[in-house]
Amino acid sequence: MELHKSTAHELHNLLVEKKISSLEITTSIYERIEKLDKKINSYITLTKESALQKAKGVDKKISKGEEISSLSGIPIAIKDIISTKEIRTTCGSKILSNYIPIYDATVIEKLKKADAVILGKTNMDEFAMGSSTENSAYGVCRNPWNISTIPGGSSGGSAACVAADFAPLSLGSDTGGSIRQPASMCGVVGLKPTYGRVSRYGLVAFASSLDQIGSFTKDVRDTAIILNIIAGHDSMDSTSVPEDVPNYTKHLINNAKNLKIGVPKEYFIKGTSKEVEKTILNSIETFKKLGAEILEISLPHTEYAVAAYYIIAPAEASSNLARYDGVHYGYRTKDEGRGARDGDISAIVDMYERTRDEGFGDEVKRRIMLGTYALSSGYYEAYYLKALKVRTLIKNDFDEAFKKCDVIITPVSPTPAFKIGEKISDPLQMYLSDIFTIPVNLAGLPAISLPCGFSSEGLPIGLQIIGKPFDEGKILQASYTFEQNTEYHLKKPKLN
Amino acid sequence: MEYEPVIGLEIHAELATKTKLFCSCSTKFGASPNSQVCPICMGLPGVLPVVNEKAVEHMIITALALNCTITRQTKFDRKNYYYPDLPKNYQISQQYFPFAKDGFLEIKLLGDEKKKIGIGNIHLEEDAGKNIHLENGKASLVDLNRTGIPLVEIVTKPDLRSPEEVEIFMDTLRDILLYTEVSDCKMEEGSLRFEANISVREKGQTHLPPRVEIKNLNSFKIVLLAIKHEIERQTKMLEKKEKVLQETRLWDEEKQITRLMRSKEEAHDYRYFPEPDLPPLFISEEEIEKIKKEMPELPNVRKERFITKYRMNEYDSRIILSDKETADFFEECLKLGENVYPGTSIFSKDIANWIAGPVTRYLNEHNTPLSKTQITPQYLVELISLVNKGLINQNTAKNILPEILEKGKAPQEIVKEKGLIQVTDEEEISQAVDKILKENQQVIDDFKKGKTNAFSFLVGQVMKSTKGKANPQTVNKLLKQKLEIL
Amino acid sequence: MKNIINKKDVEYVARLSRLKLKGEQTEKFTRQLNTILEYIEKLNELDTSKTEPTSHVVPLRNVRRKDFQKPSPTVEEVLKNAPDKERGYFKVPPIIE
Repeated sequence: MELHKSTAHELHNLLVEKKISSLEITTSIYERIEKLDKKINSYITLTKESALQKAKGVDKKISKGEEISSLSGIPIAIKDIISTKEIRTTCGSKILSNYIPIYDATVIEKLKKADAVILGKTNMDEFAMGSSTENSAYGVCRNPWNISTIPGGSSGGSAACVAADFAPLSLGSDTGGSIRQPASMCGVVGLKPTYGRVSRYGLVAFASSLDQIGSFTKDVRDTAIILNIIAGHDSMDSTSVPEDVPNYTKHLINNAKNLKIGVPKEYFIKGTSKEVEKTILNSIETFKKLGAEILEISLPHTEYAVAAYYIIAPAEASSNLARYDGVHYGYRTKDEGRGARDGDISAIVDMYERTRDEGFGDEVKRRIMLGTYALSSGYYEAYYLKALKVRTLIKNDFDEAFKKCDVIITPVSPTPAFKIGEKISDPLQMYLSDIFTIPVNLAGLPAISLPCGFSSEGLPIGLQIIGKPFDEGKILQASYTFEQNTEYHLKKPKLN
Repeated sequence: MEYEPVIGLEIHAELATKTKLFCSCSTKFGASPNSQVCPICMGLPGVLPVVNEKAVEHMIITALALNCTITRQTKFDRKNYYYPDLPKNYQISQQYFPFAKDGFLEIKLLGDEKKKIGIGNIHLEEDAGKNIHLENGKASLVDLNRTGIPLVEIVTKPDLRSPEEVEIFMDTLRDILLYTEVSDCKMEEGSLRFEANISVREKGQTHLPPRVEIKNLNSFKIVLLAIKHEIERQTKMLEKKEKVLQETRLWDEEKQITRLMRSKEEAHDYRYFPEPDLPPLFISEEEIEKIKKEMPELPNVRKERFITKYRMNEYDSRIILSDKETADFFEECLKLGENVYPGTSIFSKDIANWIAGPVTRYLNEHNTPLSKTQITPQYLVELISLVNKGLINQNTAKNILPEILEKGKAPQEIVKEKGLIQVTDEEEISQAVDKILKENQQVIDDFKKGKTNAFSFLVGQVMKSTKGKANPQTVNKLLKQKLEIL
Repeated sequence: MKNIINKKDVEYVARLSRLKLKGEQTEKFTRQLNTILEYIEKLNELDTSKTEPTSHVVPLRNVRRKDFQKPSPTVEEVLKNAPDKERGYFKVPPIIE
């Protein structure tokens, strides 16, 4: 039996039927990671000792006949931007290379309560800034489908490790597409829930009004299962919404009849690869055959989303990342004793500047400066306030569209995975690769990336299904129906 | 040429909450360094703030007390600047939609003149921690216990025109904050801090010259000293036709002057923007009404009432209203006087005199607040009623006051125990007078020669011989009669 | 490429952000930021004079907590990650010289 290929719900059944132990599952996954992750570099930190301990504990519970949760004894990987008590949390940055949190994020508390087995922390673009996982202080992460290409980003490690069978499922975070885009490029299912659906407490902030935790899984059923565990109101997060959490597995219905699907004309633009466009159109055709009603809709402000995003996100980031200064935790320059270099700054400012200069990578610096500029005296209204207003227009577009349809279907990314190094020196080109995912974050909506085909080079292509606020259920139903009637999710990359 | 100062104040008061503004850490003063700190107030990666409802309540009270218009949808903003005692390197404050604005505080100037001092806005924000600078200058130490304690910032309009007005304003404001229990206002613990904006212009002009901001004012005394010094400095400059620049100055405790703040930093560019982690606060009419109902009468309003209703004098009212506790004590006594001893001559005047007089004197001598003594309104009323009924004389009453304050014994009981009931029997007093007159022929002679103090000497001797229990009026009357016929 | 932000602006912004840029870096960032800002100018095509800004996408308000005290972590935990500490304090280079 190839345990590593299994989904979480398959493993759960094996555990309940006592055909296998959690220790066996966990051990076999680690064996695979130890053997093959050198090629991919999807993990920054492994927590084997505590994981095996946890697995043994779950096995004891099972042997005693205790009831277990759907994730009990199931290994899971965590993006290294989620705070884990006593487990180093680097955010892919040198500036947190020695930082060991003293508290767990709310999602981690929930996973621990559900007895999930935490495998380790996954590689990512530094502070989630990037679309390729090339901006990591811990080395580039590679795409299991072709190791000369990027896995997408910023949650590249979390996507790649599920695609490479280094974990049955994982958590990531999505600020402008950081779950959906790597899910699409790695051929796995990636869900970004509605803003406020999953607590952000313990998710290290990049852009607070856009960030949301979500999951990577091998199929849609697992997406529903993990969402059941992590969703819900949290009194520690003032932006978490006190809405009821439905049982999402009840939405796994193989039925597209009466489903109204909107297809926005603005998402089929020049710059999108022909292969991607064709694949998405095929998927729409599939839905049509399954009985869905397809409507053309318009989201007229789509083309302004990237520009608005690159004001809002960097502005918030410039403030969120101010705390990394070498005072209370994290990296501090070794040169602090040298004092002021050039008379006009004090020793403390010198320490700050050296620490941040040495601790941050270029992309992070670029965005901090961009955001600082947008907020600085005299520019606030022209940039930041303007962007917030455009955000309103984009949100209104979706509100209008959802009066006519249940879900909206679009591509996830204009192209399949690109080559490592291809866009790294051209920030704007890199930013534009998130053109289809960014509007969703600006509007705070839930959206999924679903495997829907392959390029001629054998690279996966993803389909984005966007839902109304807090209507993850409808997204899951549409996705489940598509998955049940296609086989794209079953194909695996060859790693050996 | 005559000049006048134009002064505005910025007041920071720590709100009296049990926990910090955005986390559940204690706000108690004086704990060991970094012992009241958690992931949230130390700004660890990933933490989020949640607003303390008590702080919001205090803000509503402050806004009402200062006659401000409360912003119905108030929001938080981030103020970005780097300092080691500010672990996030931004302070959560309010810039674009402050909690309340456009209010005033009426102050009573000398000679009963009243003046309204405008309040520009009040807003809620978190405090920073404390830095300690090592004496060798080689390092600084940071304590985050104070980080995140809720502060109300009150910004006045530049309506103050003299250090005297500033003093009255500060007193009035502190009374209000103390009274409403919004803040404990302990300047020595940093609960109340001031910054002043000062400019000087030719009298009669209406424009606002560039203002000088003075920071680091840690006591009422220093605020006044610094303002006086700054007025003098700017006036001298104007007389010499020098230009006063807009700048930030610090009070130099050692030299007793204000000095230019040495700054290696660029001009402040705080880059305010809406705090994405906190949704807006909606302050409803019902919430405001509810708090209004529960709010204590403000000290300035109460003072007006005391003066008009009880015809209290300015001196007594100032002492009785200096804190809420004493004023409540006074009113409790009044109520008891009317209910418990109907028909007796317990008058508000007597109660005021006793509180402002002997009781306050005792408290000052022993440096203790009223709450730490054992006296109750009942005991004070009882004591006064004993005097008014003529059962004891004023002196006896004053003599037993310490025992009531310290031991919480009922006045009646003390009087009974010590046999201090006043002697009013004329026969008994007459005998005592006769005895004293017999023993003091020399004094009688002096009296006859016109020495007035001879008479008071004789009264004193009679009182002494009766252990102070004789009714002084009777003693006076009898002595006079007997001296005349001698 | 438009010259929206010049070298001096970049230096100012870097200083505000507590980032010290070295010679070539300033030029590179100036160039890159100009490219991005030029793209962002796109926003000016839109008339937003009648549009309200969205700072919070979910219409929540009035989230408050009770004034209940909870125990704080130990000083050891608080200082666990401190790069430098002394007698229970965080230690930093001199703030005032």
